[in-house]
Amino acid sequence: MVTGATANGPATAGEAGTSGGLGAANGQGAAYAVAAQTPDPELPMLTIADLGILRDVETTAEGVVVTVTPTYSGCPAMREIGADVRNRLLRAGFERVTVTMQLAPPWSSDWITADGRRKLAEAGIAPPSPAPVRRVEGPVPVKLSTVPSDIARCPRCGSLSTRETARFSGTACKSLHRCEACGEPFEAVKAL
Amino acid sequence: MTDHDNPYDLLAEDHDGGHRWAFGTGFTDPLAGIDTSVPPGVDAAALARYCLALGDDALIYSHRLQEWVTRMPELEEETAIANIALDLLGQARMLLARAGGILGRTEDELAFFRAESEFRNVRLAEHADRDFAEVVGRLLIFSSWRHALFGLLSSAADPVLAAIAAKGANELAYHRDYAAQWVIRLGDGTELSHARMRAALDALWPLTAELFLPDDSAFAHADAGTVGAVLDTVLAAAGLSRPVGATLGPVSGRTGRDGVHTEAMGYILAELQSVARAHPDATW
Repeated sequence: MVTGATANGPATAGEAGTSGGLGAANGQGAAYAVAAQTPDPELPMLTIADLGILRDVETTAEGVVVTVTPTYSGCPAMREIGADVRNRLLRAGFERVTVTMQLAPPWSSDWITADGRRKLAEAGIAPPSPAPVRRVEGPVPVKLSTVPSDIARCPRCGSLSTRETARFSGTACKSLHRCEACGEPFEAVKAL
Repeated sequence: MTDHDNPYDLLAEDHDGGHRWAFGTGFTDPLAGIDTSVPPGVDAAALARYCLALGDDALIYSHRLQEWVTRMPELEEETAIANIALDLLGQARMLLARAGGILGRTEDELAFFRAESEFRNVRLAEHADRDFAEVVGRLLIFSSWRHALFGLLSSAADPVLAAIAAKGANELAYHRDYAAQWVIRLGDGTELSHARMRAALDALWPLTAELFLPDDSAFAHADAGTVGAVLDTVLAAAGLSRPVGATLGPVSGRTGRDGVHTEAMGYILAELQSVARAHPDATW
């Protein structure tokens, strides 16, 4: 089986190859290239490949199977992403397209690509700091400090003199911050 | 004409013959494409019953949190509560879909067309918070308990339950940290905030005993000592301690897991189920 992703991580263009290119509606690379262009509806500056939620694009005798993973359990964008990926592939000439979900291992903000991080910062959203190390079993220390440990860099002026104003924001994947240097409020993608 | 590179244009486009009429609608199976066969050696009926219980905890608690949207003291806390409710609703959908796949019922049938005595949630999930101190106190207790449970379940014999738990555990750790920070702020704040946080814990504490009762059908048990240690750490930082006093016991040997609920439950279901029951053929 040739797939566009490793078993435990997000699909990458390098692994998928580029056999067909965007114009040719056949082959593994072509399907991946089309699917990878799908924007995230809530972070439209990122594609689903940038966000690391495109797990696999597989071309079989039965058609194209695209595997995506949710960022958060309740993320309402999954439905939109699935429909959008499917329609893009159908428009590109693929006849049978199935979008499937994969839950394990759970998505981590560490899977956002370097390109994705750059695009976030350019759009005024601070990219996430490295995800906290999660032990699968056993107690995870509770954060007691009311001063957050993750300092987000201001995407506008680059200052690290910022403070978190809220642990949550307009979407499940972001928190709210304010820059003490330039005074601008901004959002950051939460480290998960 | 639709600009296919503009996601906002795509939101207005009909993809599925009218089933999808707004962002996030046209709900499909949250476990689409996932292998939902029950592995050998796993009792399917017990698995369905347990997923239903965990799903009901999340569904009912999510609904209780949603009631606070537009009533929080600050916009930031409102966003927080709405996001936490959304995470729990996502967990509920996957767990009800897991149970429903075995029982031959859809997640909507399970959420909207069961009677109160068929809901398996713990009674802590249905408690009506009377103030913000109860909101954050209950969230601390619930998320500490569920986080410990999901940590254990992430290696459950059923791979679907294990995957839902592993994903949920990360979210619950974040909910727990949010709640802990507020419990500390209020407990270690003014005389008034301390007194109200204290009163909130006193009101909630009777509901905690049920979380640790032995349950033969459970796939994992959160250890009362482990969860208690987490709570003690937070309460110590807040200048508070675990309340002492009588806890709410089983009624004729039955608890929320057996379908015995507090008075609060009927009011939740009346609101939660009213639209679906008035329009049983509706889709969303």
